[in-house]
Amino acid sequence: MKIDTVKAAAQSPDHQQPYAALGLSSDEYHSIRDILGRRPTSAELAMYSVMWSEHCSYKSSKVHLRQFSDLPHSERLMVGIGENAGVVDIGDGYAVTFKAESHNHPSYVEPYQGAATGVGGIVRDILTMGARPIAVMDPLRFGPADAADTARVLPGVVAGVGGYGNCLGLPNIGGELVFDECYAGNPLVNVLCVGVMRHEDIKLARAPGPGNAVIIFGSRTGPDGIGGASILASETFDEEKPTKRPSVQVGDPFTEKLLIECCLEIFAAGLVVGIQDFGAAGLSCATTELASAGAGGMHVVLDEVPLRDQTMTCEEILMSESQERMCAIVEPDKVAAFLAICAKWEVLAAVIGTVNVSGRLTVEWRGEQIVDVPPRTVAHDGPVYERPLARPPDQDDLQANDPDRLARPASPYELRDTVLRMMSHPNLADKSWVTEQYDSYVRGNTVLSQPEDSGVLRIDEQTHRGIALSTDGNGRFGRLDPYAGAQLAVAEAYRNVAAAGATPIAITDCLNFGSPEQPGVMWQFSEAIHGIADACRGLGLPVTGGNVSFYNQTRNAAIHPTPVIGVLGVIDDVRLRLRHGFGRVAGEEIALLGDTRSEFGGSQWAGIVHGHLGGLPPTVDLAAEARLAGVLVRAAEQGWLTAAHDVSDGGLAATLTESVLRYGIGAQIGLPGDPFVALFSESAGRILVAGLSNGLAALEAACVETGVPITRLGTVGGEELTIEGVTTIPLGELRTAWTETLPGLFGAVTPP
Amino acid sequence: MTAPNPRPTGDDLANVRVGVVTFPGSLDDADAARAVRLAGGSPVMLWHGTHDLGGVDAVILPGGFSYGDYLRAGAIASFSPIMSEVIDAAKRGVPVLGICNGFQVLCESGLLPGALTRNAHLHFRNRDQRLRIEARTAWTNDFAEGAEIVVPVKNGEGRYVAAAADLDAVEAEGRVLARYVGGNPNGSSRDIAGVTDPTGRIVGLMPHPEHAVEELTGPSTDGLRFFTSILASLVGAGAGAAT
Repeated sequence: MKIDTVKAAAQSPDHQQPYAALGLSSDEYHSIRDILGRRPTSAELAMYSVMWSEHCSYKSSKVHLRQFSDLPHSERLMVGIGENAGVVDIGDGYAVTFKAESHNHPSYVEPYQGAATGVGGIVRDILTMGARPIAVMDPLRFGPADAADTARVLPGVVAGVGGYGNCLGLPNIGGELVFDECYAGNPLVNVLCVGVMRHEDIKLARAPGPGNAVIIFGSRTGPDGIGGASILASETFDEEKPTKRPSVQVGDPFTEKLLIECCLEIFAAGLVVGIQDFGAAGLSCATTELASAGAGGMHVVLDEVPLRDQTMTCEEILMSESQERMCAIVEPDKVAAFLAICAKWEVLAAVIGTVNVSGRLTVEWRGEQIVDVPPRTVAHDGPVYERPLARPPDQDDLQANDPDRLARPASPYELRDTVLRMMSHPNLADKSWVTEQYDSYVRGNTVLSQPEDSGVLRIDEQTHRGIALSTDGNGRFGRLDPYAGAQLAVAEAYRNVAAAGATPIAITDCLNFGSPEQPGVMWQFSEAIHGIADACRGLGLPVTGGNVSFYNQTRNAAIHPTPVIGVLGVIDDVRLRLRHGFGRVAGEEIALLGDTRSEFGGSQWAGIVHGHLGGLPPTVDLAAEARLAGVLVRAAEQGWLTAAHDVSDGGLAATLTESVLRYGIGAQIGLPGDPFVALFSESAGRILVAGLSNGLAALEAACVETGVPITRLGTVGGEELTIEGVTTIPLGELRTAWTETLPGLFGAVTPP
Repeated sequence: MTAPNPRPTGDDLANVRVGVVTFPGSLDDADAARAVRLAGGSPVMLWHGTHDLGGVDAVILPGGFSYGDYLRAGAIASFSPIMSEVIDAAKRGVPVLGICNGFQVLCESGLLPGALTRNAHLHFRNRDQRLRIEARTAWTNDFAEGAEIVVPVKNGEGRYVAAAADLDAVEAEGRVLARYVGGNPNGSSRDIAGVTDPTGRIVGLMPHPEHAVEELTGPSTDGLRFFTSILASLVGAGAGAAT
């Protein structure tokens, strides 16, 4: 087998290389030649091509994402953007790290494995920070619920998220399930993971200390997830070799579980000075990132990498995205102890190289030098593009298409029918069909999980300190106004965390967009980033990190701009958390916090009843959101409330339905103003609350004091949802409408 | 519900040492240990790769995916070094509780009849489940007869099956530990959620009592009685006082 060595590359400058097939532009290829002063070897070309891809280099988004680094300093932020995940101080010496990642394209191709490895990847990012992963969340978006392709994709994705997360012993504490035509062919599979550690245990991805060992541990490296490397293989080398390889990686959660426990034991024993996971771009990414962030140089002997397939080429080994692998930098006198812990957990480990100060990453294979590059040029000096952006020509028409022109239900009968019709729509219906496939109990610290507004986890059994997390996004709002849509996503996640009684302290983002090569999409992206940055400035939250997923489009049709925002909150005493169900105690009274306006642009009502998307999304008032959150946190601390529930998709009708059906206790409500607007408007900044008489009186006083609008709506009790002057719906009828939709679409799970 | 056993003292209970085995892929091991602690006992973590039971008074095989559930759920774990000790101890009368994956291990080990197979609907299923406790055992003495409780059930392979003759025998001998009430979550034969051996010391249960031990995190605290039951039986048998 012929090997393309550094020496050979220097001697054959005119050798034609398939850079275009690897996704590099002519300009990018020539910058590589300029950097190296010669043509790259095929192994080097493989490394640059994956590391300079949009996925790894953020080349289209970088100029915009800088806004997040310019946000005001936050005392809570311990590690910011640029590491595997951001880290936030939650008090008492605890640090929390959380991040979301997309696995959209693989999940469309192979739903189960795409989703499963999405969980695996983000969990390793969190582990890499030195934290024990403690929970996951899964914001999911699909095409129409009744589309044939959704029936192919959704069950596999849900089974994959569950299959991997359940087997890791990570509770799934929340997420989203949204159906929209724009995601047909482009499902969004985002996964968030959160982990916890002590302040002093934070780990970073760097390789300091010349002479230190580079160790690969976990699964063997196999020919999966290679993508473009097979082009090199088939082009350059012998023709008998199989070239058709699976492009989606296959996950093994059992190995990952062992890897987690093994890593945590290694961390606790103080045996690593740097750590990185193998994610996208595998060895190429891990070695260049570790070296450039550390002593500057590294020598790797590729023959030492444990392989699953001995026929793999060096290019394939460098690009392989085999799952469940980690890379550690270990001082020489600690290597034996490191390997002993790996042996205890039956985790395969091999020393593959050494850190040095050469300023070069050198890789040898079969005794030949195949890579000799400045690692920084691979990991960090990729191309940066200021792509053209332009407001889409149809944006004005879209915004002018006012939902006020739509026919509204007027009679009590029509309003009743609209409530039942909307609550049975897949976007608002009960999500148990999905969430029952996830373990929410494992680890025994889940205080709240779906269907509550936020997931809440106990961090300390003695002090009762805990955290709350919510993920939210609304592509329909984003399509109408990407700036406001992004702000609304931040505001909703922020509000959901506050509705649990927690103080929001930081955000992460998962930015799902169409092709950055389309100026309209780039405009949406730029607007959304501005919106997130301004919302964070307004609410005093740092952005701890994030993920960008471009090219979510089929031909010219891009998905709605869908930034998904995860907000982290801290709660001093999880025993004081707020839940959304009515009727845990007798005698509750109900009130609505916030103002309701006639806002139907992008609403579920407009979409479900009229198939309409037009006008402007609800207005955003960040100061009002902050006041509302402040009141909720205080009310939780003081024990004034017995229930709280965010008002968002589907408006008050959906909020009330969920609150009465949670424990099967009804309510009698009197609506102020136009009942249609009161029931279905999606005005932001609102939370429905319940409390006993004294508690609500105290809340009312606090609301007056802080300027939060509060409206009494009625009382809890009975077996019906009664909306005075409009309708009475027996809970059984409401429950049937709400619960039968997803099982009807995706198969009943009630055995005979 | 009233407890049939005379209340032992806290010190007696704390002297009872309950082993919790960690296999590679065990997930609810820390939760089982927490439940023992909340019941007043002393949990002892045991490692799959040793032959050392550490002189514990009882053993819990926790939930999870031991060895990735490869081959069959519980199949590989049943051949692990620690299991040869657990099987010997069980035969000597040391109480053993297998929860979920632990129940699968007990069936694979031949300590309990039947097998746990893929849920009838083929999905993993997690829900708060009503159960009726039907057998008085070392692990269920604290329940009133026929008590109905709510604990989480969460599994992908929890469908209890056995030959008709075995099912008949289990029922005739009063060895159905618990049955699903108000809906069978996985298609188990005759709604069986758990079974016991004839001595009432070796017990397997598919649902998770260790996840119903605190108001804050569980659907109820009903599960705690499994753990108070075993501590009381062991103190009654002289375990706590003897150490």
